[in-house]
Amino acid sequence: MPRISRPILLLLLAGTAFLALFPLWGETFYIRFVTRIMVYALFAMSLDLLVGYVGLVSLGHAAFFGVAIYTVAGLVNKAGITSAFAILPAALALSAACALVIGWISIRTSGVYFIMITLALAQMLYYFFNDQKYWGGTDGMNIDRRPDLMLGDMVLFNFNDRVQFYYLALACLVVAFLLLYRLLRSPFGHALVGIRANEGRMRALGYDVQRLKLIAFVIAGTVAGLAGFLEAARGTFASPAHLGWHESGHALVLVILGGIGTLFGPVIGTFVLLLMEDYFATLTDRWLLIMGVFVIAVVMFLPNGLAGLLKRLERRDG
Amino acid sequence: MSLSYVLIQTLNGVQYGFLLFLVASGLTLVFGIMGVINLAHGAFYMVGAYLAWWFAAWTGSFVLALLIALPITVLLGLVIERCGIRYLYERDHLHQVLFTYGLILILNELQRLLFGNDVHGIQTPPMLAGALPIGEVQTYPIYRVFISVACIAVAGALYLVIQRTRLGMVIRAGSTHREMVSALGFDIGRLFMVVFGLGVALAAFAGMIAAPVSTVYPGMGEHILIISFVVVVIGGIGSIKGAFVGAMLVGIADTYGRVLLPAGAGVVVYAVMALVLLWRPQGLFGRAT
Repeated sequence: MPRISRPILLLLLAGTAFLALFPLWGETFYIRFVTRIMVYALFAMSLDLLVGYVGLVSLGHAAFFGVAIYTVAGLVNKAGITSAFAILPAALALSAACALVIGWISIRTSGVYFIMITLALAQMLYYFFNDQKYWGGTDGMNIDRRPDLMLGDMVLFNFNDRVQFYYLALACLVVAFLLLYRLLRSPFGHALVGIRANEGRMRALGYDVQRLKLIAFVIAGTVAGLAGFLEAARGTFASPAHLGWHESGHALVLVILGGIGTLFGPVIGTFVLLLMEDYFATLTDRWLLIMGVFVIAVVMFLPNGLAGLLKRLERRDG
Repeated sequence: MSLSYVLIQTLNGVQYGFLLFLVASGLTLVFGIMGVINLAHGAFYMVGAYLAWWFAAWTGSFVLALLIALPITVLLGLVIERCGIRYLYERDHLHQVLFTYGLILILNELQRLLFGNDVHGIQTPPMLAGALPIGEVQTYPIYRVFISVACIAVAGALYLVIQRTRLGMVIRAGSTHREMVSALGFDIGRLFMVVFGLGVALAAFAGMIAAPVSTVYPGMGEHILIISFVVVVIGGIGSIKGAFVGAMLVGIADTYGRVLLPAGAGVVVYAVMALVLLWRPQGLFGRAT
């Protein structure tokens, strides 16, 4: 991954500063809304690692997001465990384990097979939760209470405080971005990008391509799991729709709208798309119709996404 | 479990398999020949079923409804090919996925807008309404037999067209040597349009004849789409023979899964797919990649 250019870096810093200061004047409704956007941005960013860098178009990425949500639901509702010290590692571990299994099966294939298989395997998890009364079936289940983070009697972090939670989501987003950025600039990251450019050559150079892909798949799944944990703690609701293929398709839209292979692009894409959806939903019940047309327009006329647009503007100036 | 019960379940499985074959063969043709992954394939199944229901209510005849609705659905498909899909042939799979995902959103919303959110039943045509006795007490609806027969007829016709006609020859050649076919002077654009139209016709026809059994409901296209993906992946992408074997396997596995493992019914077919892939990553009849 190339170093982020100066103008874009300034833009990102300004955006982060804006987000950091936003709760000072933002209304409650918008603080909540922006929190949700940041959670989904984290989810979209994790997908960009696969789509944008390794060239693996996964249409089942919501599985890992949803598994983490159901992990929280299961621990809180069924086991009565509410400590985030237990819930967060469990959610991450289960997402990672699912990514390991699904990745292990699907990475043996490539191209369109990979798309179909990730879709089908994620759908299998969807039906697992959808068909079983124990997990609330199609209606999903309310998560009884938010996780807590206590040391003895001392509250370290209050998940019920919306401003604290806002900063948690922002911190997760920024830290995940920095870690993934660092990862992609490491030799491992260069190898991943190499796979996308020319898989055969990487193999000839002696790289264990399957292994690298699987590691990337598990990392992406784990980050999606972190987003799922945040979503569960934020929305306190687990629904099979969280793992459904519409969620996966929606995440792909976020990635391409923002610009694939940039990490920050999907974050911009999420802000733009979710704000748009919210706006159109207030105008008409048929807002999905508008979104469908919009998605097609983006694919046709803006295949490099908003980040691509930024880079083009930058080149024209420079 | 009595013998007649097993027979009925097997017949159900085979009938479902035939239906899946119609949908999956269209999907696999469009992908194998045009290189386009079409998520909206299931949407044409839905459009076909809804139009059949609507025209059947309007004209009072299911057969007449089929005759009117099929050309309309194919026409819709051809318009979409002409205005959109055509520009995706040379593009990334990612773009094809997103474009057809957008199409699904649009078609689903149009369906809700025009026909509402209700589940609708279609009356079985009177001449096919009876039931055949099986064993001492059980019966099997004639209409389900008709579905299987109709699917066999369509599958047979498809086989003849692809194996025995000039068009079929070009289609087969186009799936492996696209540039060569083009260089020999065949209009690839027109060929693709024919193939896409054929795929739409297969999906729409399946949706129409399934409608009296499955009812007509929002989201029906997506369920069949994903199961068809499983079929295509099991059979091997681009292989019609593979689609047939995959469809039968999935149809029977799903039917027995529902009977024997009601709690995990939805999961069974995916488990079958995973097993096949572990054994043969390119599918049963797929070319090694």
